[in-house]
Amino acid sequence: MGSHGHGSAGSDYDGPILECKDLCISYFTRAGEIPAVIDFNMVLHQGHSIGLVGESGCGKSTVAMAIMRYLGNNGAIVGGQVLYKGRDMATFSEEELRQLRGNELAMVYQEPMASLNPSMTLGRQLVEVPLCHEDISHDEAYKRAVQILADVNLPEPERIMAAYPHQISGGQQQRVVIAMALLSNPSLLLLDEPTTALDVTVEAGIIELIGQIAEKYNTSMVYISHNLGLILATCDRVNVMYSGVVVERGAVGEVFDRMRHPYTKGLFGCIPLPGADKTASPLVPIRGQLPLPHQRPPGCYFGPRCDFFAEGVCDREGLKMSPVPDEPGHSVRCRRWQEIDWSAYKPEGVGAGATTAGDVVLSLKNMKKYYEIADNSIAAMISGKRVRYVKANESISLEARSSETVAIVGESGCGKSTFAKVLMGLETATDGEVVFNGKDIAQQEVQKRSPAQVGSMQMVFQNPFDTLNPSHSVGAQLARVIRKFGVESNKDKIEQRVLELLDLVKLPRDFARRRPRQLSGGQKQRVGIARAFAGNPSTVVADEPVSALDVSVQAAVTGLLMDIQKSYRTTLIFISHDLSLVRYLADRVVVMYLGRIVEQGTTDEVFAPPYHPYTEALLSAVPIADTSVQKKRIILEGNLPSVTNPPSGCVFHTRCPRYIGDVCKTELPPVVTLGSGHEIACHLSMAEMEDMKPVISMVTAPQSPAAE
Amino acid sequence: MTDQAVSVPRRESSVLRFARGLALIRESWVGSVGLAIIVFWALVAIFADVLAPFPPNATGAPMTLPGGPSLDGSMIHYLGTDQLGRDILSRIIFGSRQVLFYAPLATFCAYLVGIPMGLAAGYRRGLTDDVLSFFANVILSFPVLVLYILIIATIGASGSNIVIAVTFASAPGIMRIVRGLVLDLRNREYVFAAETRGETPWRIMLVEILPNARGPLIVDACLRLGYVVITIGTLGFLGLGLPPPDPDWGGMVSETRQFAMFMPHMAIYPCIAISSLVLGFNLLADGLREVSMRD
Repeated sequence: MGSHGHGSAGSDYDGPILECKDLCISYFTRAGEIPAVIDFNMVLHQGHSIGLVGESGCGKSTVAMAIMRYLGNNGAIVGGQVLYKGRDMATFSEEELRQLRGNELAMVYQEPMASLNPSMTLGRQLVEVPLCHEDISHDEAYKRAVQILADVNLPEPERIMAAYPHQISGGQQQRVVIAMALLSNPSLLLLDEPTTALDVTVEAGIIELIGQIAEKYNTSMVYISHNLGLILATCDRVNVMYSGVVVERGAVGEVFDRMRHPYTKGLFGCIPLPGADKTASPLVPIRGQLPLPHQRPPGCYFGPRCDFFAEGVCDREGLKMSPVPDEPGHSVRCRRWQEIDWSAYKPEGVGAGATTAGDVVLSLKNMKKYYEIADNSIAAMISGKRVRYVKANESISLEARSSETVAIVGESGCGKSTFAKVLMGLETATDGEVVFNGKDIAQQEVQKRSPAQVGSMQMVFQNPFDTLNPSHSVGAQLARVIRKFGVESNKDKIEQRVLELLDLVKLPRDFARRRPRQLSGGQKQRVGIARAFAGNPSTVVADEPVSALDVSVQAAVTGLLMDIQKSYRTTLIFISHDLSLVRYLADRVVVMYLGRIVEQGTTDEVFAPPYHPYTEALLSAVPIADTSVQKKRIILEGNLPSVTNPPSGCVFHTRCPRYIGDVCKTELPPVVTLGSGHEIACHLSMAEMEDMKPVISMVTAPQSPAAE
Repeated sequence: MTDQAVSVPRRESSVLRFARGLALIRESWVGSVGLAIIVFWALVAIFADVLAPFPPNATGAPMTLPGGPSLDGSMIHYLGTDQLGRDILSRIIFGSRQVLFYAPLATFCAYLVGIPMGLAAGYRRGLTDDVLSFFANVILSFPVLVLYILIIATIGASGSNIVIAVTFASAPGIMRIVRGLVLDLRNREYVFAAETRGETPWRIMLVEILPNARGPLIVDACLRLGYVVITIGTLGFLGLGLPPPDPDWGGMVSETRQFAMFMPHMAIYPCIAISSLVLGFNLLADGLREVSMRD
């Protein structure tokens, strides 16, 4: 490049903002040197945005940290260079780096609460940035901070300036963090999973904001995410990473429409796309798991998981990126990509095949769950209102049949978890009926239920790292469940049954002896499923069972759950916030908001108009990794109201884009039944509902990769 | 394909696992030193009869300086003799038996009381927690030394009463540690899983929660052992320890303190014994913490 003379502040500089050349990063641990990122190349021009996408442990955050020079004590750049505006960052002094960070380079992290100091007002934290980097007065800095808060679409910026981080919502916190990053008008913005901790409707707002920033400030961005849909929404170019190396890079459109690397192909096969339904085009998981950094195979790291692995070709060392002809900038790290005939590739999917629903197994009528909160404040003592109620579940009525999958959808705080607790008997309902297998269990705590009853309704939990007791072996934990539910009592038979359960979830039998820490996240979740099915349940409640797993593992675990459900004709209550997944696997969908059901019906009915306005907004917020899909943009304003003090009338009226007037504020919406059991709780007239257009539509003939 | 093990998965023996866990301490330099000191004192206590040159209560020439000869001139008092002419080295060696018996016993009893209280308070919360925490706070608000003096003065000085006093004074502290750990662990999904299959509360506390709290508790137990060694020394010094004439490190310091100005060796050597043992426990605790933080 020969541009070493360029200073970092050179305004006449018109080369790339950031360049990574053959960058290699290693961590040094007790076990020796562990290469985290190998041979990473990237060129980022002014005003462009590059996405880094990959599963956990692929090194995408390490790249961001290396750019910021924040690798910590045990990490180091062991090869290659990072050039910032043409100057090698290794030549920057500590003081120059300090000036660079926060001024020209800014980073936004995943967890907004961890980025903000809880003991300082937001105003003080924001004003600090320009005061530290520029020679300006406090008043000027304050004015600029207020302006930038308005720019990131925060209402009442003056009030936010005076507030502490905990006084605003998570979405607002992330907006403040982004505002802070923008304060010094940086040339480069690094975003590391900025929306992963947020609800989907909040996420949609942040993504829109990021798009506006790119336009308005002409900032260059590096966007790190595991979500292909978000990359499509925010980036021009994308680097797909796998186990420390970039396996495919190019313009977003080219990579998404004409992916060449088997791993990229595999990733798209793992995510349910809107055009796909479970019987026609099932999910295809990638077999195996990500290799540990010190156990990478020779040659292509994806080799052992690849269906096109050829001995003697793929396991040869010295694998380089090869360019795709006719598509400049698109290159693939694969020796065989030109030989692969994708049209002849028909992998076996999981979870396919339709089922017919049987009799009603579970039926809820007007189930209510209120929590009492004792208010011990002096004001409460004087007014005499010592007890307040949190209406976690209000008038829940639904039915679930055998071998049917009922999805419960909603954002955090909508009462999904409370609903699960009442079903499982960890809480008793305040009012109403919960009829399970012909018996009302609304008032029956789990201790009062018979072992058979308990065994016939079990749960799969969300967090794989938390679902198994780290102190006991897998076999011991499964055996306990079998004994507890009285399935078997003879010691040998219990052990036999443990092994059968491991077979059921497709884990090797010697896993019975292992401890949970020796298992990967997906394997733990499989054991969690085995545990739920140990008592031959008629109903399984799955609370976000795959949301904490990587995309490729998600598909496998989802598929397994569906396969087992089908063969046992189990009723599956699937609690999720992932609408793409729900659309893929559910037979019926229940949409909840603030403890109430706002819409329910079959999957086709709920995902097609007419919608409840909240369902419509949810659907619009889901990021979709398909370039041929056009979405209607609906961004919900405001925050989720508190459950202790829900809005009057229709609980959604404070954020509703289709708010029609005082009737929404004062009256509970009627439940309108359309067709066979499709219920919408809304004041909108029939004519208005019928006038709704689909949120998701295909612009071109479907050429989605999953359908190929 | 690996041929699948049809055989029953065996649990590895708990002794083996414990030994493997102990071997991990080698990775910490500090911990190894601590363990070495403790093992040294344990061996001294076990082989006291062989190691000690004199019987602990045998008298000879009083206040012999270290290295002085015995009365008949045939042996040497390596650390001298006390005001009654008893060999200090032998008394320290035999005294280690007392400390290494009562300190672990007292700590064990304190945990036996403190753990269930902490489990109940942390798991059940509400009224149980309020009542237990209230009593713990009352006991902890007393100056510890006053508490010991009150207890021992009431029930008399003896080995078993030291155990009772230490248990009474330490259990509230242990309860609070356990309670804090349980408050965190009770929200884990495996605890919910146990609840959803209708396990009894005590089984959940003991089988699901307690084993996962063991790491911090083992470290705390090590530190606490050191404190109890000090406590036993202090009680001995105050004359509330093990009744004479049996050797007791704290008692040895106390009995000889009026001569400490001109015969300091009689008090210093028992003090060194106490501090080395305490140091051993503290270093081991540090080492354990270091090793457990690594994973």
